[in-house]
Amino acid sequence: MPQSAEHVLDHFELFRGPEYQQMLANKKKMFENPRDPAEVERIREWTKTPEYREKNFAREALTVNPAKACQPLGAVFASVGFEATLPFVHGSQGCVAYYRSHLSRHFKEPSSCVSSSMTEDAAVFGGLNNMIDGLANSYNMYKPKMIAVSTTCMAEVIGDDLNAFIKTSKEKGSVPADFDVPFAHTPAFVGSHVTGYDNALKGILEHFWDGKAGTAAKLERAPNKKINLIGGFDGYTVGNIREIKRIFELMGIHYTILADNSDVFDTPTDGEFRMYDGGTTLEDAANAVHAKATISMQQWCTEKTLPFIADHGQEVVAFNYPVGVSATDEFLMALSRISGKDIPEELARERGRLVDAMADSSAHIHGKKFAIYGDPDLCYGLAAFLLELGAEPIHVLSTNGNKAWEEKMQALFGTSPFGQNCHAYPGRDLWHMRSLLFTEPVDFLIGNTYGKYLERDTGTPLIRIGFPIFDRHHHHRSPVWGYQGGMNVLVKILDKIFDEIDKKTNIAGKTDYSFDIIR
Amino acid sequence: MSLATTQSIAEIKARNKELIQEVLRVYPEKTAKRRAKHLNVHEVGKSDCGVKSNLKSIPGVMTIRGCAYAGSKGVVWGPIKDMIHISHGPVGCGQYSWGSRRNYYVGTTGIDSFVTLQFTSDFQEKDIVFGGDKKLVKIIDEIQELFPLNNGITIQSECPIGLIGDDIEAVSRAKSKEYGGKTIVPVRCEGFRGVSQSLGHHIANDAVRDWVFDKVTPESKPTFEPTPYDVAIIGDYNIGGDAWSSRILLEEMGLRVIAQWSGDGSLAELEATPKAKLNVLHCYRSMNYISRHMEEKFGIPWCEYNFFGPSKIVESLRKIAGYFDDKIKEGAERVIAKYQPLVDAVIAKYRPRLEGKSVMLFVGGLRPRHVIGAYEDLGMEVVGTGYEFGHNDDYQRTAQHYVKDGTLIYDDVTGYEFERFVEKIQPDLVGSGIKEKYVFQKMGVPFRQMHSWDYSGPYHGYDGFAIFARDMDMAINSPIWKKTKAPWKEVPKPKLLAAE
Ligand code: SF4
Ligand code: SF4
Repeated sequence: MPQSAEHVLDHFELFRGPEYQQMLANKKKMFENPRDPAEVERIREWTKTPEYREKNFAREALTVNPAKACQPLGAVFASVGFEATLPFVHGSQGCVAYYRSHLSRHFKEPSSCVSSSMTEDAAVFGGLNNMIDGLANSYNMYKPKMIAVSTTCMAEVIGDDLNAFIKTSKEKGSVPADFDVPFAHTPAFVGSHVTGYDNALKGILEHFWDGKAGTAAKLERAPNKKINLIGGFDGYTVGNIREIKRIFELMGIHYTILADNSDVFDTPTDGEFRMYDGGTTLEDAANAVHAKATISMQQWCTEKTLPFIADHGQEVVAFNYPVGVSATDEFLMALSRISGKDIPEELARERGRLVDAMADSSAHIHGKKFAIYGDPDLCYGLAAFLLELGAEPIHVLSTNGNKAWEEKMQALFGTSPFGQNCHAYPGRDLWHMRSLLFTEPVDFLIGNTYGKYLERDTGTPLIRIGFPIFDRHHHHRSPVWGYQGGMNVLVKILDKIFDEIDKKTNIAGKTDYSFDIIR
Repeated sequence: MSLATTQSIAEIKARNKELIQEVLRVYPEKTAKRRAKHLNVHEVGKSDCGVKSNLKSIPGVMTIRGCAYAGSKGVVWGPIKDMIHISHGPVGCGQYSWGSRRNYYVGTTGIDSFVTLQFTSDFQEKDIVFGGDKKLVKIIDEIQELFPLNNGITIQSECPIGLIGDDIEAVSRAKSKEYGGKTIVPVRCEGFRGVSQSLGHHIANDAVRDWVFDKVTPESKPTFEPTPYDVAIIGDYNIGGDAWSSRILLEEMGLRVIAQWSGDGSLAELEATPKAKLNVLHCYRSMNYISRHMEEKFGIPWCEYNFFGPSKIVESLRKIAGYFDDKIKEGAERVIAKYQPLVDAVIAKYRPRLEGKSVMLFVGGLRPRHVIGAYEDLGMEVVGTGYEFGHNDDYQRTAQHYVKDGTLIYDDVTGYEFERFVEKIQPDLVGSGIKEKYVFQKMGVPFRQMHSWDYSGPYHGYDGFAIFARDMDMAINSPIWKKTKAPWKEVPKPKLLAAE
């Protein structure tokens, strides 16, 4: 018996002991009707071949290990970025349990969201009553300032009409007539979580700017000097938005962050649970119509929102998750151009420090091959940074990337000698990535937590950047945007590179050389 | 010292009743009426906990519940390791439940085992409009080509499937025939069915009955020689290795475990189970259906047991042994004696640190009652508990065998209620899920996730009890809870309820 009170063995060690190993071997042999180990080995090797890759890439119907989630997740993410806003997802309740868990596992924070809990009868008769009761309950229990409604695929398939339902609910007194209930249809079978973010944000702006679903006058735009900023769906929202605010303040720009969820996903432990915290005020959301311009940090998260804003007479500028020197340069110069403010010396110093760090470490990154997967903008931003570092982003894969994204990626590769052997893979999943890593190996993989399965299968070391990150803690608190954020990404990559060199040279008596103390 | 131990039962009951009235005041009248039926203060001697259960959740209240898909794919089927489980519908459901339940298994992942892969049909608009059956046909073909060592396929329906009129049964039958009788199981676990995960368990159980058992022919005998001591573990999902730390005890007492349902399970094990002499059932809620079926159809008795904490383990080992001869009965005593020194050492170490601490629980299937004994073995007291998706038979078992007089009972608790209850009762520990964890930790209340074991475990069996005790100690006695108030802001907390 290995277990003891003195030294409690948990699952890491317990099951590796002989008692359990013996037990598991017996179980397998006697009862699992296992495959012949030689056959397992043969198939395992076969899955590494170009022939398998070809079959794998010929898949038309099956998706295995996608790197995307569904629309309402993005809607919830955007909605909690507004002051005291409760996301309300109309449809079946199981989905909401999933969104909340998913966000909590990444941020290690509470995630508050309600469902209209539609069941079989609602499938037949529609979910109007669920909306009426649900809004009334949420309003009374959780005292929000706004309830932002989106939909699960159930409500979409049966065709519930949010606009009409909310109107009826108000007539029935669920919430006061002037209470803000913006909405967005977010069908899970269209796009991904980035689409949901876009739809929800547009829904909220439309609500405030275009007359609150016919219950108020449309806002007249009276241009001011402010700049709106939209972060997009971003696992680093906490660190990134704070960094952006710092930059705005350094530059003396008046700004509004739209969907600012940097506080609600980073509340203190001090004895109080804050269901709502921070966020764009409803007043600011409305007044954002008057801004001079709106900047989106992620083009593919704002494909509908930006044109909507442009239609209201603002300049709109979209970036693709700017990481590194040039991308940050462009971002700052755009801010400077729009605001007429100079870029302060302090930021120039930060830039210089990032360039300094890149120069110091370049020898270790130069020429290294990378695979990247994630949301379309994130992929673009990271690939651009790698090119700056003289590295090669050989495989760049985005399950929720489309044809236009692919073209944009290929154009990026075309701008750099380091991009010549690089390819973008839109609409592919992590099982495709597995084939890529076996048939065209790279040195490092950049992706979210699920990349650890690829790391285990292919031996490609994983650098965790993306969403979700479940198995490492607190990285979302540090920015990856701005020059300082670029520094964080650089250090993350370097740490992995050095760890790998050490791991490969640490066999005493065999590789005493190369296990250097200075690198 | 915990509040509960320093107050009289009458005071506690009065307080709890007042608390219930207080939370109900926040609701609109109609909702208050409905919620009132799910909240109660337990009266000793009653046959159940006096709450309604297994009813629809109320819209907009922030229920903690999931859906039937979660009950089928997430709980019952997902852990069967050598089969491929397709999340059939749009991408979300499968993505959120991907690998998060910690159903441990051993196998060559992606080649002969598939638990931690996310297979989805990733429905697009055209699949909704024109139906997804053609796509499903193709998916099965592609699985056969790319994952040739899979031993079977299940189709886990997400919400849209039942709404767009797809005939996944017909597809399953046709493809099974085409692939030489391959096990292909359509499961109608669309998220809108029923009121929680619970119906998903039932539907999944029925699918085993109809699409696995009914296909096992007399000649498809198990590959092993039956013995009089063959048992199957039913309703253990091997979270953090729970089923393994249970199996080892059953084997040590002389039984032979021929199947695990479903943690680290395989299709061969499901198929062989009708040969068991006894089914031992841990999670009654999620697998009583198939146990009853096997009793009726194959005459296999089933026996509920509880492997949380030494008192219940001892009771359970003897209960299980009671179905067998003296050899097994002696085996049970031998096992009990063997582990007694470990139990003594664990209790000697941890009980002094945990004595008198109070716990509030809110979990799924069996845990709202099953873990109470383990806490009591450590000198702790459960002062409130409730089920996410229990039925009345769960509350009966809870009332008759587990909870004390005056315990606060809350069925399908809402976020608001749970927060208020904890705020007022101020337990030393809350045990619930990931969605609740950070809420209570922010409030400065120690917390353990009691679905995933907070990434620890196993908690079953003697080996698990040591881990359980250590984890509870670690949660409650972490020095961090003394730091939640900035020293310059430190004011004596006004106790909401007179105590101490
Ligand atoms: S795919 Fe549909 S059913 Fe699944 S979680 Fe998303 S909205 Fe819910
Ligand atoms: S405790 Fe709950 S979730 Fe866990 S196995 Fe039992 S029914 Fe299922």
